[in-house]
Amino acid sequence: MSKQRLVIIGNGMAPGRMLEHLFDLTDAYEVTIFNAEPRVNYDRIMLSPVLSGEKSYADIIIHGEGWYEEHGITLHKGEKVVTIDRVERKVTSDKGTVVSYDKLVIATGSNPFIIPVPGHTLPGVLAYRDLDDTEGMIAASAKGGHAVVIGGGLLGLEAAAGLKMRGMDVTVLHLMPSLMERQLDEAAGYLLQKELEGRGIKVKCRANTKAILGTDKVEGVELEDGTVLPADLVVMAVGIRPNAGIAKDAGLEVNRGIVTDATMKTSDPDIYSVGECTEVGGMVYGLVAPLYDMAKIAAHALAGEATAGFKHQETPTKLKVTGVSLYSVGDFGEGEGREDIVLRDAARGSYKRVILQDNKIIGVVLYGDVADGGWYNEMLKAGKDVSEMRETLIFGQAHQGGGSFDPVAAAAALPDDAEICGCNGICKGTIVQAINDKGLSSLSEVRTHTKASASCGTCANSVENLIKAVLGDAFQQKAEGMCGCTPLGHGEVRRVIKAKELKSIPAVMQELEWSTPEGCAKCRPALNYYLISDWPGEYEDHQQSRFINERVHANIQKDGTYSVVPRMFGGLTTVEELRAIADVAEKYEIPTIKVTGGQRIDLLGVKKEDLLDVWSDLGDAGMISGAAYSKGLRTVKTCVGKEWCRFGTQDSTGLGVKLEKLLWGSWSPAKLKLAVTGCPRNCAESTCKDIGIICVDSGYQIVYGGAAGLHIQGTTELGTVKTEEEVLEVVGALTQMYREQGFYLERIYKWADRVGYDHIKSVILDNLEERRAYYERFLFSQKFAQVDPWAEFVSGKHAHEFHPMADLKLEAAE
Amino acid sequence: MNANATSVTWTAIGPLTDIPRQGARCVKNGAMTIAIFRTSDDRVFALEDKCPHKNGPLSQGIVHDGCVTCPLHNWVISLETGSAQGADEGQTATFPIKLEGGTVFLGL
Ligand code: SRM
Ligand SMILES: Cc1cc2nc3c(=O)[nH]c(=O)nc-3n(C[C@H](O)[C@H](O)[C@H](O)COP(=O)(O)OP(=O)(O)OC[C@H]3O[C@@H](n4cnc5c(N)ncnc54)[C@H](O)[C@@H]3O)c2cc1C
Ligand code: SF4
Ligand code: FES
Repeated sequence: MSKQRLVIIGNGMAPGRMLEHLFDLTDAYEVTIFNAEPRVNYDRIMLSPVLSGEKSYADIIIHGEGWYEEHGITLHKGEKVVTIDRVERKVTSDKGTVVSYDKLVIATGSNPFIIPVPGHTLPGVLAYRDLDDTEGMIAASAKGGHAVVIGGGLLGLEAAAGLKMRGMDVTVLHLMPSLMERQLDEAAGYLLQKELEGRGIKVKCRANTKAILGTDKVEGVELEDGTVLPADLVVMAVGIRPNAGIAKDAGLEVNRGIVTDATMKTSDPDIYSVGECTEVGGMVYGLVAPLYDMAKIAAHALAGEATAGFKHQETPTKLKVTGVSLYSVGDFGEGEGREDIVLRDAARGSYKRVILQDNKIIGVVLYGDVADGGWYNEMLKAGKDVSEMRETLIFGQAHQGGGSFDPVAAAAALPDDAEICGCNGICKGTIVQAINDKGLSSLSEVRTHTKASASCGTCANSVENLIKAVLGDAFQQKAEGMCGCTPLGHGEVRRVIKAKELKSIPAVMQELEWSTPEGCAKCRPALNYYLISDWPGEYEDHQQSRFINERVHANIQKDGTYSVVPRMFGGLTTVEELRAIADVAEKYEIPTIKVTGGQRIDLLGVKKEDLLDVWSDLGDAGMISGAAYSKGLRTVKTCVGKEWCRFGTQDSTGLGVKLEKLLWGSWSPAKLKLAVTGCPRNCAESTCKDIGIICVDSGYQIVYGGAAGLHIQGTTELGTVKTEEEVLEVVGALTQMYREQGFYLERIYKWADRVGYDHIKSVILDNLEERRAYYERFLFSQKFAQVDPWAEFVSGKHAHEFHPMADLKLEAAE
Repeated sequence: MNANATSVTWTAIGPLTDIPRQGARCVKNGAMTIAIFRTSDDRVFALEDKCPHKNGPLSQGIVHDGCVTCPLHNWVISLETGSAQGADEGQTATFPIKLEGGTVFLGL
């Protein structure tokens, strides 16, 4: 029996899914697809990560060329169907191709709505719908400048966030009083606005666009109130309209969209419609979940199999802006007989609202803490009577059942199709099967095998609970959490900070569900370091998360006084420096002057009130902070070397000075000490330093991973280089690799033990390109780090640190 | 530890904004130093600037979750009660504070 001819107009997400189901059910059809876009089927949803640079087009293809071949599909790329002839049962494309059908599926999606203000056709005005739009935005952003996004809904905000990440100056104009008003109530809209503004995106609500300005390309946007904003790019994201034109021309019943019955059949029994162009049960849709339902139903109808038909279900909305968590589903308008339960947690920036009617959940808005979204939605869908848990409902699933919530038992109780990893769409069943089939026993194994928790990582806890539920005692406990505030280890936290581009301590705590609102004295300094190291120039150091020594750039002593250690580059000093130190000691009656083990001078017993003056005087003599307190570069010890010593092979003192000039100011996971010694006699003790240089006749031997404190360990050789320039580059690159990978308080030898000395060598010594890249990142970060904190303080920064707020006895006397 | 209400003398010590959030400032009262803490949600507490362990200056510690971690040996002291948390034992004197129109008043 010859096959039936199935023609599909449009090659978007809905028909793609429909064909997958269809091929599972039958091979009765020979399929022809027309696609106005010149490409295969891709995941339109993921255009936002493509725009922001987190993914490429290749990553988001759903069906590659091979898939079409395999199924014998004829795909007319870049061909738009212009007429449907229902009498002859054939379609005609704009290129004149005519194809006859037995069954036709219309899946033309939507058209973005463009507000017809003056100037809307100027070059530089884009919609946000397909890959071409996305590529247009990426190209425009390469030139930098100003972008104006009209529309503060889902698409507009994703566009804005992406353009911002591409370095543009972005303003969002929104007609309504608050952002995403169709999905969020005003309170959540406000939190979202604050978050976006915190990332440098400007937001103007109640902004009515009057005209787009420019002569031969966009130059600005004018608002009704007369404001004019400069613009090199304007993105219109104000809404979509079902694309039902050809259906209407063909005389099919069209209302807002192409009208179908519950089996997706249009008013013509041989024509079906799926996707955003479709109106079913009086509704049109703009999110994929219901479109995928349509796809499944249509596939069954085409295969001649019965289904229960399309039923409306609420689809939750999430915003795909990295680091922003919001969830909304159902109806949240005010109304007769509706009850609201609200929980705000300002410290965590979270907001929850559940709307009840007749004791049933009809809507949910969550911002910040969205973990319970799925749970609420299940009850909403099931129409569950929640009067029994009315009191505790808002606290979420964890607080049901008398507080003895067991997350492992909860994981065990989940149905197999419960989605665990939202990013990768991994359900419980898939994970459990992988654990059992492949004998997996740790989070990292499950991540590698299933991709669960491999993207944003916020579901790591749930995955782990699931592993525990499956394995019981056989579960391998992962590395201990970084402190009592989180079960996550340092590695996991560092990974997520990068992956989710978290740029503030509250953002990390919010995103990784810290169990304390403000962390503790262990995790706060660690997070502060990770953020400084990962976002140089962007992250602003958080003073209050630093240990006192780093906060006031002096070491606190047992009696509450401080010690001050000025830098002496490479252990070299001058008459002027020594004189200044002597003067300062005299003037401020500093009780102890000591030569340190790091080849410089320590002034001990300085009163906090005197610190500023002491620094000011030392600064006048050209000295800067020696950072004897820092998780950062401490000293570069040197020996006298070739200039004086009869055995010296190179200028070890000079090289030490150069290294210290290169490295000072940098923060690192733990303290970093270097030494340069002029020959293998090793007078500067290079072989027990974090990084040591041993000068030899033929060049410079670089060693690292030594320690001589609580733990005594000799260094391991990295390799030998010929020139001082190479030493600087290798040491800079090694330092940067350690800065990027080390865990807070982990000295270089511990880091190297963890990641492997051979691996470090292969990256830093053998791979010139990687070495260069690390070195350049180090230099970039140093641009922001090499600021002498003493000078900054003397000039007035954080002045409050050094003076009492009030002196009551003095005031009383006055 | 709060003195009873009738005998408290309130003294204005300065605007709230003079104290960094999650930080502290000192007030001198003769030989005694009092540390004034401000939390991230703008609550203000006053403790004698002396750790019950070895007199460490609490004003120099890291402030978190209604507590301060002493800079010398990491004891954690409650800002509200002045008591050492966890396994450590000891208590620092606390003083009442009130906020009026952005000004901090210390009760002695
Ligand atoms: C001042 C100095 C001793 C001296 O009078 O010579 C000193 C003083 C302190 N050392 Fe040190 N170390 C000093 C050289 C050393 C050295 C020798 C060296 O650098 O060549 C070592 C052994 C080498 C090493 O680091 O491996 C050393 C190993 C330590 C350790 C153990 C570190 C380890 O990882 O095992 C600590 C404890 C720590 O960091 O947790 C420590 C911690 C300290 C602290 C910061 C203790 C503290 O937390 O208060 C002391 C601060 C004193 C102050 O107020 O200035 N200090 N300390 C030396 C300052 C060098 C400088 O100019 O910056
Ligand atoms: C940037 C962005 C982010 C999004 N994020 C989300 C999200 O997070 N979650 C979510 O659920 N949804 C999201 N959506 C919406 C989702 O992508 C759409 O609902 C879905 O892609 C619609 O699928 P469809 O098959 O109906 O239409 P489309 O995918 O739009 O496909 C229609 C195709 O038909 C072609 N076509 C139109 N007319 C003709 C013709 N006459 N002849 C031939 N071809 C024609 C078009 O060129 C187009 O390729 C997002 C959309 C965008 C643009
Ligand atoms: S080790 Fe070499 S360079 Fe250093 S002092 Fe001794 S001989 Fe000179
Ligand atoms: S003095 Fe405070 S902990 Fe020791």
